[in-house]
Formats: sequence, C-alpha cells, structure tokens
Amino acid sequence: MELVFSLAIGLLTATGLYLLLKEQTFSVILGLTLLSYGVNLLLFASGRLAVNAPPLVLGGIERHSDPLPQALVLTAIVIGFGMTAYLIALALRAKGESGSDHVDAGADKE
Amino acid sequence: MTHLVILPILLPLAAAVACTLMRSSIQAQRRVSLSAALAMIPVAFLLLERASHGGIDVYALGGWRAPFGIVLVLDRLAALMAALCILLALPALFYAAGGIDAEGRHFHALFQLQVAGLNGAFLTGDLFNLFVFFEVLLLASYGLLSHGNGLSRARAGLTYVVLNLAGSALFLIALGLLYGTLGTLNMADMAEALTRLPAADQALVRTAGAFLVAVFALKAALLPLSFWLPHVYGAACAPVAALFAIMTKVGIYAVLRVSAVTFSAAPFTADLLQPWLMPFAIATIAVGTLGALAARRLGVVVANFIVVSTGTLLAAIAVSSTDAVAAALYYLVHSTLVSAGFFLLADRIAAARGASSDHFASGPPLTNAMALGAGYLTLAIAICGAPPLSGFIGKAMILQSVQGAALAPAAWAAILLSSLLPALVLARTASVFFWEPRPPRAGMLLQLGWPTAAIVLLAAASPLLSVFAAPVAAYARAAAEQLHSPRSYYGAVLGADAEIQRERRP
Amino acid sequence: MSKLIALAILVVFAGVPLAPLAARLGRRYAAQAAAACMFAGLLLLAPLVPDVLSGQSLIVGWRWLPEWGLNLSFRLDGLGLLLALLILGIGLLIVLYASYYLPDSDRLGRFFALLLAFAAGMLGVVLSENILFMLVFWEITSLTSFLLIAYKYEAHDARIAARMALAVTGGGGLALLAGLLLLGKIAGSFELSDILARGPQIRAHPLYAPTLILILLGAFTKSAQFPLHFWLPNAMAAPAPISAYLHSATMVKAGVFLMARLYPALAGTDLWFGLVSTVGAVTFVFGAYVALLKHDFKGLLAYSTVSHLGLITLLFGLDTPLSAVAGIFHIINHAIFKASLFMAAGIIDHECGTRDMRRINGLFKYMPYTATLGIVAAGAMAGVPLLNGFLSKEMFFGETIGHPVFVSYAWLLPAFATAASALSVAYSTRFIHDVFFNGEPINLPRSPHEPARWMRLPVEILVLLCVAIGIVPQFSVGSLLHAAASAVLRGEVPDYTLALWHGFNWPLAMSLIAFAAGILYYMNRRLLLGVHERYLPRLQSPVAFERFYLWMTRSAEQVMAICDNRSLRRNLALFLLFSISLGGWAYLSGTNGTLQGATAESPPYALALAGAAALAIGSIGVAICHRQRLFAVILLSVVGLVVAMSFVLFSAPDLALTQLSVEVVTITVLLLALRFLPAQASRDTSRLRNLGDLAIATLGGGGVAALCYAMLTRPFETISGFFLRNAVPEGGGSNVVNVILVDFRGFDTLGEITVLAMAALGAHALLSGLRLVPYAASGSSEADRHPVMLAMLVRPLLPLALVVSLYILLRGHNLPGGGFIAGLVTAVALILQYVARGIDFARVRLPIDHPRLIAAGLAIAAATGLASWIFGAPFLTSAHGHVDLPLLGDVEFASAMAFDLGVYVVVVASTLLILTELGALSRRELTRSGTAA
Repeated sequence: MELVFSLAIGLLTATGLYLLLKEQTFSVILGLTLLSYGVNLLLFASGRLAVNAPPLVLGGIERHSDPLPQALVLTAIVIGFGMTAYLIALALRAKGESGSDHVDAGADKE
Repeated sequence: MTHLVILPILLPLAAAVACTLMRSSIQAQRRVSLSAALAMIPVAFLLLERASHGGIDVYALGGWRAPFGIVLVLDRLAALMAALCILLALPALFYAAGGIDAEGRHFHALFQLQVAGLNGAFLTGDLFNLFVFFEVLLLASYGLLSHGNGLSRARAGLTYVVLNLAGSALFLIALGLLYGTLGTLNMADMAEALTRLPAADQALVRTAGAFLVAVFALKAALLPLSFWLPHVYGAACAPVAALFAIMTKVGIYAVLRVSAVTFSAAPFTADLLQPWLMPFAIATIAVGTLGALAARRLGVVVANFIVVSTGTLLAAIAVSSTDAVAAALYYLVHSTLVSAGFFLLADRIAAARGASSDHFASGPPLTNAMALGAGYLTLAIAICGAPPLSGFIGKAMILQSVQGAALAPAAWAAILLSSLLPALVLARTASVFFWEPRPPRAGMLLQLGWPTAAIVLLAAASPLLSVFAAPVAAYARAAAEQLHSPRSYYGAVLGADAEIQRERRP
Repeated sequence: MSKLIALAILVVFAGVPLAPLAARLGRRYAAQAAAACMFAGLLLLAPLVPDVLSGQSLIVGWRWLPEWGLNLSFRLDGLGLLLALLILGIGLLIVLYASYYLPDSDRLGRFFALLLAFAAGMLGVVLSENILFMLVFWEITSLTSFLLIAYKYEAHDARIAARMALAVTGGGGLALLAGLLLLGKIAGSFELSDILARGPQIRAHPLYAPTLILILLGAFTKSAQFPLHFWLPNAMAAPAPISAYLHSATMVKAGVFLMARLYPALAGTDLWFGLVSTVGAVTFVFGAYVALLKHDFKGLLAYSTVSHLGLITLLFGLDTPLSAVAGIFHIINHAIFKASLFMAAGIIDHECGTRDMRRINGLFKYMPYTATLGIVAAGAMAGVPLLNGFLSKEMFFGETIGHPVFVSYAWLLPAFATAASALSVAYSTRFIHDVFFNGEPINLPRSPHEPARWMRLPVEILVLLCVAIGIVPQFSVGSLLHAAASAVLRGEVPDYTLALWHGFNWPLAMSLIAFAAGILYYMNRRLLLGVHERYLPRLQSPVAFERFYLWMTRSAEQVMAICDNRSLRRNLALFLLFSISLGGWAYLSGTNGTLQGATAESPPYALALAGAAALAIGSIGVAICHRQRLFAVILLSVVGLVVAMSFVLFSAPDLALTQLSVEVVTITVLLLALRFLPAQASRDTSRLRNLGDLAIATLGGGGVAALCYAMLTRPFETISGFFLRNAVPEGGGSNVVNVILVDFRGFDTLGEITVLAMAALGAHALLSGLRLVPYAASGSSEADRHPVMLAMLVRPLLPLALVVSLYILLRGHNLPGGGFIAGLVTAVALILQYVARGIDFARVRLPIDHPRLIAAGLAIAAATGLASWIFGAPFLTSAHGHVDLPLLGDVEFASAMAFDLGVYVVVVASTLLILTELGALSRRELTRSGTAA
C-alpha cells in the first residue's frame, strides 16, 4: 500500500511541477492545485497510513490514526485554497493589464 | 506571566480588523493604523529591554506546554528582529499616509497583517507555526505588492506569487518529512529528537533540512534564487518596498534560528550550510553589484543593494562564529533601515523630477534640491558602507569576522567592490540628478509632512547607529552568544523536567 | 591635557554647520567663522608643542568598540604636529585668500563648510592613534575633495573630474581598509603605538606582502603616484584655493604621510624598497616631463606636484635614515612653495581670464609685485640656492650618492637624480619665463594689474617662509623637523646639519649640472614639443574614464540580461533545480540506510488501487490536456475527488469533508475564471523545453515519491498521543482533529483564517475596476444564465443548507465537522443561489458587506482568545461545559467553539467575497454590453 501511495504522491507532484513550468497562467494554476494535492497527501502520510481508525475519542473506536498531521493538512488545505483563489484573481488582473494570459506577458511594455 | 510577547502580533491584527471595519473612510484607517504603529514603538523597546537581561520568555498559547502546544519564544535575537520590524513599519506608514495608501483597497489592513506576520515569524518557536506565519506575511506582501495595480506590478506579482507558492509547497514537504521522522514540530523538541534519531533515518532528516534551507534561501534571495527581487521591489510602491526591506531578512533570520536551535543539535544536520554557503554568498554579492551597475533607475539600484546585503550577511553566517553572527546582526539592522529609507527617498526624487521619474536621464531641476541632496548624501554614504556612518562599521566588523575563513580573500574582494562600484553609480546619479540640470531651481525650503518625516526618521537611523554603535554591537554580540548556546533555549521552552511522552507509530 | 588633541579636531568640525549660518549674514562672516575655527585649532595644540618638540608622543583615547578594534584614540608626535601645523597654518591663509578670490555666490557657506570638514578630516588623519579611525578621517577627506572639485558643478569637466577623484581615491581607500585590517590582525592591535613597536614581527609575517601592497595602493592613489596620478591634474577644475590647499599642500600629502607614519612598521624590506622607490622614481620623472609640455600653467603646476610627490615617495623608498629625513623636509618645503605658487597662479588667472601660457606673457611689467613673488616661489620649486627647495634637494642628492643598494652601479642613482631635477628646472624656467617675460601678452580677455592687497598677503607670507627656511633652516624649522624625524625613525635620528652652505661637494656639483641641463632643455623645448605632439598619443583621461564607466555598466547589463531573462519559468526552474540538487546532496552525503525502512508493506486494497488508477489517469490527463481548459478542470475535479476518498479510506473524515467542500468552491472559481480566458490555449512551447520541463518534473516527483516511501516504511516516535489522551478531559471535545485546530493549535488556525481573509481582501483589491471580455459564448441570454428549473430547485435548498451547516458547526467539536466545513457548505449553498438567480437577486436577499463580515469573523476569533486574559490565562486558553439543547441533545460546549464560530464567519465571508467579485466581473461586462446594445 505504502508504495502505491508514494507513487501517487510522486505522480501528483510531477504533473504539478510540469504544469507549473508552462507559460499560460491557467496551466500554472492547474499545476499548483495538483502540486498542493500531492503535498497535502505527503503531509498527511507523515502520520502513517491507518484504516478504520478515525481520530474520534468515542466508544467503539480503539485504534486512532495520528490526529496531528490531519490538523496540519486541514490548515494546509484551507491556506492552499486561499492562495489558489488569490492567484486566479491575480491571473485575471494580469490578463486585464496585458491583454494576454502568458505568464511573462507585457515584458516589452515596461 | 506577561502578555507582552504576543502584543507584536495581536496589536497589528486588531488594527487590521479595525481598518477593514471602517474601510469606507481612508482617514479613519490612517488614524487607526498610525496610532497602532505608534503604540507598537514602546512595545518594541519593552521587548528589547526584557530580552537584554539574557532571560528567555516563553508564552504558551492556550496554556498548552511545548512541544504539544504552540509557544512564542522571546530571546535577544527574536526581540531584535521584532523591534526592527516595528521601527521600520512606522516610517513606512508615515510615507504611505502621504496619499499612496489611497491608491487601492485595504492598504492598511494588509500592511498591519504583514507586520503581524513578520513578528509572528520572528517570535514563534514552532516550525509549523512558522510556516503559517510565512503564509500570512507572504499573502499580505502579495496584496501590498499589487497595491495600486498596473501592468508591471501584476507581472512582478505573478512571478513573486508563483515562486513563493512553490516555496511554500517545499516547506510543507520538509515539514511532513520532519514530523514523519522526528514526531514533533517544536524547534527545541526537534533538537531533542535529533539526538535520539536512529542512523537509518538520518539521511531523510538531512534532506528535509536541506529543503528548509532552500525555502529560506528563496526568501532571502540567495543566488541563484535572487533574480526575482530587483523586479519585484522595483515594481512595488515606495512604502511597500521599504517594508519589504525586512522580508529578505526573514529568510536570513529563519536560517539562523533553525540552524542554531535545531540543526546544531546533531552532527549530521549541523553541517548542512558550511560546505556550500560561502561561495554562493560571494556570488550573490557579485550579482547584486552587477545589478546595481546595470540598473537604469535609482529604485532598482537600491533593490540590488538588498541583494548585496543578503550576500554579505550570508557570507558572515557561513562563517557562523559568534563574532561573525554578531557582525551580521549589526549589519542587518543597518542595511534594513538604510535601504528602506533610500527606497522612500528615491520615490521623493522621482516625484520631484516629474516625468523623467527616477530614471538616469537628465531631467528638470529638482525642487528642494538642498534637502533632497542632503538626504541623498547621507543615505548614499550609509548604504555604500563609507565612513563615518553605520555601513562602514558593519562592513569593518564583517570583514574582520570573515578574515581567516575559507575563501576569505574572495569574500573581502566581493564585499569591498560591492561598496566601490555602486558608489560610482550613485555618484553619477547624483551628478545627473543634482548637478546637471541648469539653472538649479531656487525652491530651497523643505516641505514638511508625513513623507518627509518618514525619510528623516530613516536617514537619521544610520548616524544614530554609528553614534550608539557600542551598545548596539554589544547587544548583537550577546544575541549571537545566546544563539550559540541553545541549552538555555531548550530549558526555557521544554522545561527542566522534560519527560515528554512519545508513542511509537505505526 | 592631551585631550586638547581631540578638542582641536572637534573645534574645526564644529565650524562645519557654523560657516553656512554665518554665510547668511554675509561673506565676511563666513570666512571669519572658518578662520576662527582653524585658529582655535592652532591655539588648542599650542600648549602641547613643547612636550612634542622634546620628543614625546602624546596619546589620548576612549574605548568605543574595543572588540572590533575601533577606539577613539589620538596621538600627537613630531610628525603629526608638523602636518597639523601645515594643515591649520596654510588653511588660515587659504581662508583669507578665498574670501577675496571667490565670487559672491550663495555657495560660499557650503564652500567654507566643506573646507572646514576637509581640514578636520585631514587633522584626524594625521592625529589618529587608531588606524581604523585614521581610515575614517581618510575617507572623509576623499569625500570632501569629491564635493569641492565639483564646486563649480555647472562645468561638465568639473563633474567628471570629481567622479574620477572619487573613483581613484575611494578605491584606494578601500584597499587601504583591507590593508589596515590585515595590519591590525598581524600586529594584534589597531593602535599605532603597538603597531610601530612590532615592526620586526610584522615584516616577518606571511601576510606582510599583501598587507604592504594594499596599504601602498591606498597611499599611491591619494598621493597621485603613476599610473594612478591622472585624477590630480583634472582636479584642477576646482577653484584656485582648493587646488592650493587640497591638491598641492595637504590632501595629496596624506599618502606620503601614511608612508612616513607606518615607516617603522613596514619599511626596511626589499619589497618596500623595490615598490616605493620604483613608483616614486617613475612618478618623479614622468610628472616633470609632462609638466613642461603643458600650456595651461595650472596644468604645469599640477604635474609638477605629481613629480614632487614622486620625489618624496622616492625618498622614503630609498629607505636610509637620512633619506627619510629629507622626505619629511621636502613635505614641508613643497607644501609651502607649491601653495604660494597656486595662489599666485590663481591671481594671474583671476587677472588675465585665461591660463594659456601661449597668450600670457610679460606680466612682470603689469604686476611686478605678484610676479616677483611667483618668481621666488618658482625658484624654490626649481631648487635655487637661498630658497627652501634647494636644501631638501641637496639632501636628496647626498643620499643618492653611494646608496647601499646600487654599490655596483654607484653612478646610476645620482645620474638619474640629476636628470630628473634638470627636468624640474626646465618647467620652472618655463613658468617664470613664459608668464612673466617672453614679450607681450596676446589678446587677453582682461587687462592684468596688481590684485587686492589682502589677496596677496597669504602669498607674501608663504614666500617669506621659503626664503627664511632657505637661509636659516636650523633656526626656522630645525627643531620641528628633528621632532618629526625622530617620530618616523623611532628616535634613531642620524646626525645631519641643516645649513645653506655645505662647501664644495658632489650635491652642489649635481645641482649646477641640473641647472645647466634644465635651462638648455627649456631653450630647445620647441623641438621637444614638436616631437611630443607628433609621436605621443594624447589621451584625454576624462573621456577615457567616462568611456570606461559606460563600458562597465553596459557589460554589466549584458551579463545580467544573460543570467536574468525575467521569465517566471526560468526562475521556477532555478528554484526547483537548486532545491533538488541541495536535497540530493544532503541525502547522498548523509548516512543513508536502504530506502525501504523497517516496517513491512501493508496489503493493498482493491478500492485503493482503483483510486490510484483514477488519480493517475486524472493527473496525467490534466498535464496532457491542460490546453483544453474546461476538460482539464473536469479531470482536476476527479483527482480532487480521489484525494478526498483517500482521506476517507485512511480514516481522516474531517479532511475528506474539507477537501470535498474546498473542491466544489475551487472548481466554481476556476469555471468563473475560465469565462475570461480562451477555452483553447495556444501551444507555443518548443519540444525541447517540454523535455526539459518533463525532466525537472520527473526528478522532483520521483524524489518526493522516494522520500515519502522511505518515510512511510519507517517507524517513528510522536508526541500526538498527548492529543488523543487530553482531547476529551482537557479540550472538551471528542473530535481530536477539531480540538487540535481550535484549541491545542488554535493559533495556527487564527493565522490560517487570517490568510484566507487576506486572500479574499487581496482579490477584492485586485479585481476592483477590472474590465474583461468573456470568451465563453455561454450565458448569452438571461434564460441560459439563470435556468428556471435550477432556480426552482435551489430555492428551498438554502434554508436547509443553512440548518445543515449550523449542525456541522455545532457538532464539529465532537464529530467530523467544524467551522471550515460548515462555512464552506454555507458558502456553496449561497453560491448556488447566485448561479440560479443572479447576483442582483442575491444582493437584495443578503445585503452584506463581505469585507466587514470577514473583519467581524476575525474579531470574534481573536476576542475569544483574548477573553482568557480576563482569567489571567494565556491567549486562546479555552474552557468547556455541558449544555442540553433541543434537537441536538446533550452538547458539550467549549469556549473554543466560539472561536470556531469566528472561523465559520471568516470562511463564509471570504468565499462569498471571492465568488461575488468574480461573478461581478461578468456582470460588469454584461451591463456594459447591455448599455452598448
């Protein structure tokens, strides 16, 4: 299982990085989203993988997965969401200013 | 139990909330924002005073003791950085209050949150919390950078934001790997865990540490991660650029803090910097100098001075002796305040030159040539590290502390040339701005107001830093010594009776 | 008592602000203020003179930065006193002269301020005990000289000359700094008395050579030694008083002074002899040769200054006790006669309006008095008997005979000396003959006549000194010279006799030969000039300097253009490669066991494998089809779904819920943004670049996968048990993750909602006033944009969704849920309303100011944290208890839940702000097109 999980994370990271290096702002945004999926999963994995062990202190649950990474990931997800939203707004602004969605648009206009 | 430690974070946060609530009136926002910044000044001195006795204050948030809860830690270094940030924020706000803050939405809220984020980063003792505060100060800086909008800002913004998002991703990866091996997030506790780490996991931790260093190097703009800086700082509006003068220093602070508190604990993480940092630092100085020579605007020259200062500081940190760190801390304070002042002055000059802005083309004669010239001379002497101002003292210290280290001759050459060549640029600029235009306009009197006050405050910093060099240098040395003997830090954070229960997973 | 030394410097510095203030009252006052300060300086030093002449060196100091070798300490010995007297004495005369010479302008205050700043700096150089402070003063003189050369900054050549001087002397200053730092390091102290005492130890040190070279570099630049001399002749763009004071009498002496000062520490090695004497000799001849060729008499004097500085350097280089004495003696003499010459030249310039000796002739007839003064001074320069120049030259000749180093070529050095001084005789003769005799003046701009009485007085005094020293040397300067010499030679002064007449000896013969040859040379100058004009290239140093500067900046631009092409991709690639290689280095250089750790692989689940497959297809699909944007977004949502599922599988219900709701909002935002971007992106990246990207991506992804696998297969010890144990008893909640979020690590959460809030505010600021043309053809008609069916469906959904989200919020502390999820669910429900009924409707229904709502949310969260201060507990300390609620039953309430409420509000408001702003974009667009239609 661990191997599959690691490979999945690697794949997300790789595709994310690949798109990050593209030249349209939208592709970059897609790339960052994929990358953050991968990173969040890695952070989550730092607590190791456990099945049927929710971190709820209730009767009937005796095994608990590591709650700390989950809290960290939740924070990371929300921060990532904020960043993505801001980046989209910025991309639209750049589009409006330069008339193009190329990441380096308007270099000559300066 | 004092709440003083958390004030540098809460006060700006409250101010930001207030500013957003009264977002319809810029006047009200100014009042709130400025009074908050003013109220912070005594806080800064209280922090310094409290730390100067050598004690370490630990503020356990939510009452949860480290390493389980998040703690703020006030030692000499943290106090110095927070105080510097506070002292820098006030003049920058003064300048913005001259009207720049009205050029877009939410300036004051974002500005205050940037300050809160910076102070949080300086004060926290928890690595994940450091990440969170990095995000806070970054998002604030994104917003501030694009304040006033415009093409060049949008463009510089894209580069800056995407780069830093990649950096944040790497930060998270490093955090995951570190927690996944050390099982804790508190920097002091990580040091403890490092000492008990099985050999099989050491390479993993080393790698995570290297990733952290890479992230901090991006923030500090170490070559080859420095090229974004001149464009971003050149594009930002003056008060924002001035505040950004401390942004690179956050990266440098983080390198110092993590390597001194955590990495130093185990031999296999203690040598993460030494083997390679010095040549990179020297190259950074070189590139910054070249950038200053190549620049066509005064603002960009100043931005390149920031790259140079990063290189200079990291050269000292690469030596990492107590002397070197002490010298670096003195120089850090100097370069932050002086370059900030120069950003503001450059903007003033640009305004006075009208259409030709701060480009190196002969333009109309300046109004207030006398006042601007005096400010220019002071700041130029300071930023080039020429006697008798603080820049010279700082460089003399760093040169001495680097002497004898590996690559010392190269470092000396780089540091000395990085004062000479930009000085020639500034001399030529002065000749173009102040001497060429004929007839010099008569308007000699200095028009008072927030912006002028801001520049005067920052220009006064360098003379003050040289007059009071002795106490500042003494404090810096004490801070360096404290940093290099982390036992007391561990003791303060984890408590003497540190029996920390740990479970083995899976 | 010896504190007076510091006081003397201080009082001169005090004049700097004083002079401009006095200037406001009138030019007289400015000059008087300046003169008063200099005179005060002299008076303060006066009481110390007897002790110093008796051979003591007085030292006074204050500790400042001892651990960095920076101490505020001063020293007055013979050498220092000699220079100090020159600086202040000549300074006084210059002030008097300048107050008549300078035109009445608003810059007088500035002039005297700078002059005093320079004088103070120069005093500091010669009176410093701490060599680092000496450097501080040294650089002050460079800076003031820069500003004084540019005094007439309207003139282009003045501006360039100033920058040239700064470049050369500033660069030399930095070399000097390096040298002095090394010297201090070697000697173990930055105090002169220690350094001078440790000469042998210093000369034996391996770092001696670099130290000496760096220090000499500083000295040579300041004293205009060949080939670093070129700044000095151009510095003559400054008005005459400046040329007389800085660039002949005092500042240029700083270099030779430094050699004298450090003579005991550095001299006495072959390296010293080789470097100093060679450079000095070359400069001596070169300056003298060029001087004769100058038609501008100020240029002639400038090059003669270069030549004489060369002579002094040579004298210190010869490295015999007596030659050192001669060097010091010549410092005095040259300062005196050259200052007077420059002032005389200034008068002539002032009177004739030109400086070209081909036009200025026969002035003796028009201004006999000044002419006589000029002739006498020039005679001193040539070394005519009865004048001071003669004596030091005789000493020089005497030292050249039988110098220890040239035993085998005993004749060489004397011959050279004779030839060189023949040249100086020649140019002195030219100055005298061309200017004062040689027929009638040729159409001068003004008709010359004697200047104002007071303007001449300084010249008279100095010329008088020339004669006095020339005739009664022992009486006039004997004791001073002896004191200075004993300071330089550390007491071992050779016995020498200062006298006009030493009888018939070799030096006398050499002088006579030199005179004959020099005059002969002058008479055939036409020939020589012709040769020079024809064959020697005339290089204009200002032009060359400017060219060099521009070349430097341009090449810098080119280099920067190469390493920084301003592309985001380049910057990203650099960062990724840097991180990958740093990480790789760290991993490989560490003690790495096998990649796989101790724990065994857990068995794979079919479901998980299916998920992995879907995820692979999705992510690769996005990477490939990122140009078909809509499709890419759909694939992306699939990936997000799989991620959420994996959270479910690996027992992280909160994460799953959060991921799902974030997913919905993210996709909505992306779709909204897509309206303004072309659905199909142009393919513009080259195959090669794609391969490069692919390589980086594979490296990064592979690395992360490997590290993740290594981590997953290793056991570790964690502190997280604490949270499981204390969530219920201490945190009052059974959902440990939520308790961590709102209690154990609530501070993180506060930071995180701040980030979210800022993201929303930032977007709000970015999108303000932005106008974009939507690409998507959809939404052309109102009906399409707000389908009735959807409207019917979602109308009842809103209240339901709100109830659900409230439930999620409340139970969050105990069961999966909490502020984030609840907030996002609410937001989604409201967004549905927007989609269904259009912004306007929603605006009417919920008239909210989102930014203010965000602020309110933050305020709630922060206030909850602050509440704990009342109980003297740290920020964010929580309390909890049971409450029985209808419907929900027994709910355990924790103060942390109020905090969670703040989170909820921030999330709702931020999300809504972002979405409405994006929605408003299209609305703005529609209204515009509507008005257009």
